Amino acid sequence: MAQSVVVQVGQCGNQIGCCFWDLALREHAAVNQKGIYDEAISSFFRNVDTRVVGDGGSISKGKICSLKARAILIDMEEGVVNEILQGPLRDVFDSKQLITDISGSGNNWAVGYKVFGSLYQEQILEKLRKSAEHCDCLQCFFIIHSMGGGTGSGLGTFLLKLLEDEFPEVYRFVTSVYPSGEDDVITSPYNSILAMKELNEHADCVLPIDNQSLFDIISKIDLMVNSGKLGTTIKPKSLVTSSAEAVKKWHQRPFDAMNNIVANLLLNLTSSARFEGSLNMDLNEISMNLVPFPQLHYLVSSLTPLYTLADVNIPTRRLDQMFSDAFSKDHQLIRADPKHSLYLACALMVRGNVQVSDLRRNIERFNALLTKRPLAHCQTVP
Amino acid sequence: MSIVTVQLGQCGNQIGFEVFDALYTDSHCPQGLCSKRENEAYQASCKERFFSEEENGVPVARAVLVDMEPKVTSQTLSKATQSGRWKYGQHSCFCQKQGSGNNWAYGYSVHGPRHEESIMNLIQKEVEKCDSLSGFFIIMSMAGGTGSGLGAFVTQNLQDQYSNSLKMNQIIWPYGTGEVIVQNYNSILTLSHLYRSSDALLVHENDALHKICAKLMNIKQISFSDINQVLAHQLGSVFQPTYSVEGSCHYRRNPLGIDWQVRPPLPGLPTLGKASLNRGLHFNMSIANLVILRGKDVHSADLGGFKDSALYTSWLEPINAFNAWKTHRAFSKYEKSAALVSNSQFLLKPLDTIVGKAWNMFASKAYIHQYTKFGMEEEDFLDSFTLLEQVVASYCNL
Repeated sequence: MAQSVVVQVGQCGNQIGCCFWDLALREHAAVNQKGIYDEAISSFFRNVDTRVVGDGGSISKGKICSLKARAILIDMEEGVVNEILQGPLRDVFDSKQLITDISGSGNNWAVGYKVFGSLYQEQILEKLRKSAEHCDCLQCFFIIHSMGGGTGSGLGTFLLKLLEDEFPEVYRFVTSVYPSGEDDVITSPYNSILAMKELNEHADCVLPIDNQSLFDIISKIDLMVNSGKLGTTIKPKSLVTSSAEAVKKWHQRPFDAMNNIVANLLLNLTSSARFEGSLNMDLNEISMNLVPFPQLHYLVSSLTPLYTLADVNIPTRRLDQMFSDAFSKDHQLIRADPKHSLYLACALMVRGNVQVSDLRRNIERFNALLTKRPLAHCQTVP
Repeated sequence: MSIVTVQLGQCGNQIGFEVFDALYTDSHCPQGLCSKRENEAYQASCKERFFSEEENGVPVARAVLVDMEPKVTSQTLSKATQSGRWKYGQHSCFCQKQGSGNNWAYGYSVHGPRHEESIMNLIQKEVEKCDSLSGFFIIMSMAGGTGSGLGAFVTQNLQDQYSNSLKMNQIIWPYGTGEVIVQNYNSILTLSHLYRSSDALLVHENDALHKICAKLMNIKQISFSDINQVLAHQLGSVFQPTYSVEGSCHYRRNPLGIDWQVRPPLPGLPTLGKASLNRGLHFNMSIANLVILRGKDVHSADLGGFKDSALYTSWLEPINAFNAWKTHRAFSKYEKSAALVSNSQFLLKPLDTIVGKAWNMFASKAYIHQYTKFGMEEEDFLDSFTLLEQVVASYCNL
């Protein structure tokens, strides 16, 4: 089973990354009842025997001893990373997986790329090589960052070039948070453009996301939760935004909920690579099918459902509604309207109890709407 | 006479499991509707063909499982062992860590040469276990990366190494609505390569199987395992033993012993007169038909309709083109069953559609960079198109 390494850069990247690891642990805990370290977990976590001093102690099979995330956390100021290391996830990260500095990049792409890039190049390379060595078969790097700031966009994109040179056969999937309309960083347009150039040349696949869409999705959920309509009680854990805290808390910490959406996206994207199903779609297949020309590798993503009603039976009509939602722009994680322009390629990844016949029916429905667009589908049944 | 099965890719392995299961279930079916001695002969014949004996009595399938990622093969192996009735050989599985990414070029140009030796060794071991080898049965899909690309490579290698044995490829035609975006490219590349190295291509379309499940079997929520079971049932009814011409006691020794090759008209032979007028425009001309009948009243069945010369092309006599195999032993709880294998123009329309779609994509050069980065050239695509156009033309002219 192929392993992936997550590299989180900058404040945004690290905060999203933190939510991602939290959700990943929950997902695996729900699936893996016996606590055996299997192939699915090994794609994102290492099983380490903490009693062994030093770097060794990796256990490849058997019961889970202590899980360490295959991640590298990079930030040029210490606040965010320190917060993570003091939070509930501190045992999941190794102190050797961090690279921090003190002063920060000052929302300046040039500082992130040129200054810190050259300063930390060796360190970064060493940590990357270490984590690659811990992998049996490294398939892909997930880079999470924002485009508007200094570290995430500057150092994050500097990384891409390093990865391309050092690990040319490993895919680079980049999750970029683009600045939205009312962004609070004044230099964000410059930072974004400079970063885009690097993404164009060195990334295999980019999943652009913007804050405004995430915020809209949360407002929608909030509306549903608080509307109190009859028969619409929502299962608390089923929200795309929920983590440990109850839904109500998101008013104080909206970024948590938004980050959870992105984390969910990443988990679902890799689910087919980790769990078995009737028609698997690996990460390299995603890249193969959705990237017709080398520079057109920006993928618009959308998630459904955003919440599950407490009523367990999902009749077929509801399933079809889910497919329609996937194509609607309210569920997309970036502001874009592909229905009114052109779809080059679509992929539907389905998890759960959905059969081929349902998929086919819906694909035929959409083929009528979006003519001449090739479609692919896959499903997993964890 | 034994058949060695090679299961390639996710599709191949999932189907292969169902096929062996169906074969095993049928051969151990209690109501054979025939005498005990016949039943035993049938069972022995089936066993020799598809399974080999192991120490503790559990039959081991004569199969080699190949996939570039471990999920499906481990699932298949464990399903077989868990059933307790039959299983796969312990060392007959070859898999890697990272898949082929739905990329024909990756399967053919990268995985093929890299793992050629290991895979051929596994097949060799399986062949050595057979007393006498009648041929290979290769199960693969056309849309993916491993099944299609690596499948084409393996078939070519088998052609080189075992040129005397028959190779029959079971290929799965993808859904028209699309499973994988580059399925058209993968399909035409596979077909053009298989045409040069395989002896027979047995085609099953996912669309057709899906329709069977929906309309004839009335299954509401069709899953891939339903489709695979229908397919396995069909294949089982074709491959199970039947009587040979000599007599009712001997089961046919060579299961794949039909002359599948298309024999073009010999030069100098005058083509027979103009086509008879009652032939409609879209009449399905056949080159060869094979009917397999199992169950009660087999010998009294009327097969006259198949011997009509209007069905066949002008340069073939119905006697040469039509074959019928029969056996009293019923197949899998069905009192009477019939199977038809035919080499006809039926495949023309799907083939044409796929070539058309692939050509459209090729015209805009979409996705080509994914193939060329593994050593393929645009010329390979053009060659494939040319070959398939020729095939389409030959079938049209029947």
